[in-house]
Amino acid sequence: MNYALIALGITLIFAIMGVLNFAHGQMYVLGGFVTYYVYGVFGLNYFVALAASAVTVACVGLVFERFLFRRVLRITTREESTMLLAAGTALLLDSLGLALFGEKQRGVAPVVAGVYEIFGAFVPASRALIFVLAGGLVGALLLFIQYTRPGRALRAIAQDKETAALQGVDIDRYSALGFALGAALAGLAGGLLVTVFAVNAGAGTPISIKAFIMIMIGGAGVVSGAILGAFVLGFSEALGYFFIPGSTTYLMILVGLIVFLIFRPQGIMGKPWG
Amino acid sequence: MTTLRRAAEWLALGLLVAALAGGGFVGRAHAQQKVLKIGVLGVMSGPAASWGLVNRYCTEATAQMVNEQGGWEIGGEKYRIEVVSIDDRNDPKVSVAGAERLAYQEGIRYIIGPNVDTTAAAIVPVIEKAGAINIPYAFSKALYTPPRGNSILGMIASYQAGPVIYKYLKEKRGVKSVSFIARNESDPLNQRDEGVTAAKTLGLNVASSGDTYEPGTTDFFPVMSRVVRQNADLIVLSGVAPAEAPLLIRTARELNYKGLLSTETAQDAKILAEVAGKAANGFISVGGASTPQIRSAEMESFVKRYVKVAGEWNDEAGTKVYALEMILRTLKVAGKKAVTDVEEFKKALPKFQVTNPFLKEPKRLKYVGAAYFKQPRQIGVPMVVNVFEDGQFKTLFIGSVED
Repeated sequence: MNYALIALGITLIFAIMGVLNFAHGQMYVLGGFVTYYVYGVFGLNYFVALAASAVTVACVGLVFERFLFRRVLRITTREESTMLLAAGTALLLDSLGLALFGEKQRGVAPVVAGVYEIFGAFVPASRALIFVLAGGLVGALLLFIQYTRPGRALRAIAQDKETAALQGVDIDRYSALGFALGAALAGLAGGLLVTVFAVNAGAGTPISIKAFIMIMIGGAGVVSGAILGAFVLGFSEALGYFFIPGSTTYLMILVGLIVFLIFRPQGIMGKPWG
Repeated sequence: MTTLRRAAEWLALGLLVAALAGGGFVGRAHAQQKVLKIGVLGVMSGPAASWGLVNRYCTEATAQMVNEQGGWEIGGEKYRIEVVSIDDRNDPKVSVAGAERLAYQEGIRYIIGPNVDTTAAAIVPVIEKAGAINIPYAFSKALYTPPRGNSILGMIASYQAGPVIYKYLKEKRGVKSVSFIARNESDPLNQRDEGVTAAKTLGLNVASSGDTYEPGTTDFFPVMSRVVRQNADLIVLSGVAPAEAPLLIRTARELNYKGLLSTETAQDAKILAEVAGKAANGFISVGGASTPQIRSAEMESFVKRYVKVAGEWNDEAGTKVYALEMILRTLKVAGKKAVTDVEEFKKALPKFQVTNPFLKEPKRLKYVGAAYFKQPRQIGVPMVVNVFEDGQFKTLFIGSVED
């Protein structure tokens, strides 16, 4: 469910703007640090910290969209321009993170303590809480996209930008909303997972890579595909690490992904035409 | 009024001229003083950033302290220490480029770092060709064994600490079986293999050693489930980075593991306290001369300066403080020629010994490692084995590397 939250953010931005947000992992890291300071250092309520993470990272997303991506998308049609820009923003956030937060791993105490034993399996209460919160957030996002006016506008832009514009959808405004929402999801994921996995300034790139794997499996730009991709990767990791000793789990996941993409390059839920 | 204003303007101008003249004088004074450049090459970004940054902060802190005393005296002349740091991003190619820049462009003969086997091995040809000395924090024996001679191990290697810790735990805590878990990278895997050999030599039952995790892993639940299922008396976290250790410990405890956990690498008490909390109580690791119980007054002032430079103390710095200190003290013994000719420096290594400035107890500090590398190519830092208790490290025992 946590992976789903990460994958949803990246797929949302891709669907609406056609931008592969390489800085998604770094946004996750920023969200984690905001929760660390608000909840762990300043001692405020955990849910206040989560909201602060979402708002802070959404603001960063808005700034990126407004001052960088919007302009680049306007003056060029070459896809590699936005990819390079996204890679640049990832490096920028990486360096800023290291300068601002230092090199150390940071973590907070679990929001709820204790471990449940369910049919012989141990489930920490903190993970159960995060599962529920992440599930709630994913559900809320799906409802927002499906049943609200801005959600419909976002879907319309994702399906056909020109037609959406002709129907009166304010492309700039809703692109900014989509980018901010995607970024906020990364921030929320960081805020949720800092209680379990902790965070450090260099953790962004591995998170981005995993997010890309998830959306490649599920289909880039498809919301349901992102959730499916997240579940496939999460279960593959868990089962692989448990049943296969040694270092072959990720090797097998990546080989499987390559073989899968040869036969279905658009992912499980993606359409062949994009 | 106008006269007063004009007088004030003249006064301000005079003060400015005086300040500039003073600055120029200070600049000339600096220019006249000889400079000893020290390179720091290591990973300073990404997940392992703390390893290289601690090297940099330690070197900068020591350099500041030395410079404030007027510099370091070598052969009757005072040298101001200047530090040049390069981030190799844990990439051997970048490390080679960095070593070339330090050795050829900056003319540096003494380099602290790199941090892992791959980067340390990559720069050996550059170091040897340029006639430089480096102090890596990598454990590969080939780096320090003839025909290699220009690298000096800056810390206790896992194959030195492992047997000592396992022996202690076998004799004092009744440990009979051990499981190993390592990150899937060359250094941790080598350390695991060395640890397995040491455990078998001591007659311990190795319950498992095949479990690894990928760099960047944050969820250790699946892999740790396998390790905990072996129910060994001790789980060794081979070559574990400070960022991973608390997560592995917390996961093991959440999986109801009741046995002991240890590692042969240095860890950070604050990270353990923040991320693992009480779950880390009893965790055994190798530290530096940094536990409050054994610090000398000199070490205490270094700790203060380090905090000023880096923002907060890092227990790893207790090991890495030795690098520049040993370079400077050896240069003092080797003489002025060694500043540019590292062969003179190397000649001084076998006989060099001083009282360890960082320990309260009077202990000798020298170059060791002949038993492992056939030549003294290791800084004889004390092998301080710590146990984590309620937010801080407590010294369990102090060992040393055989000559």
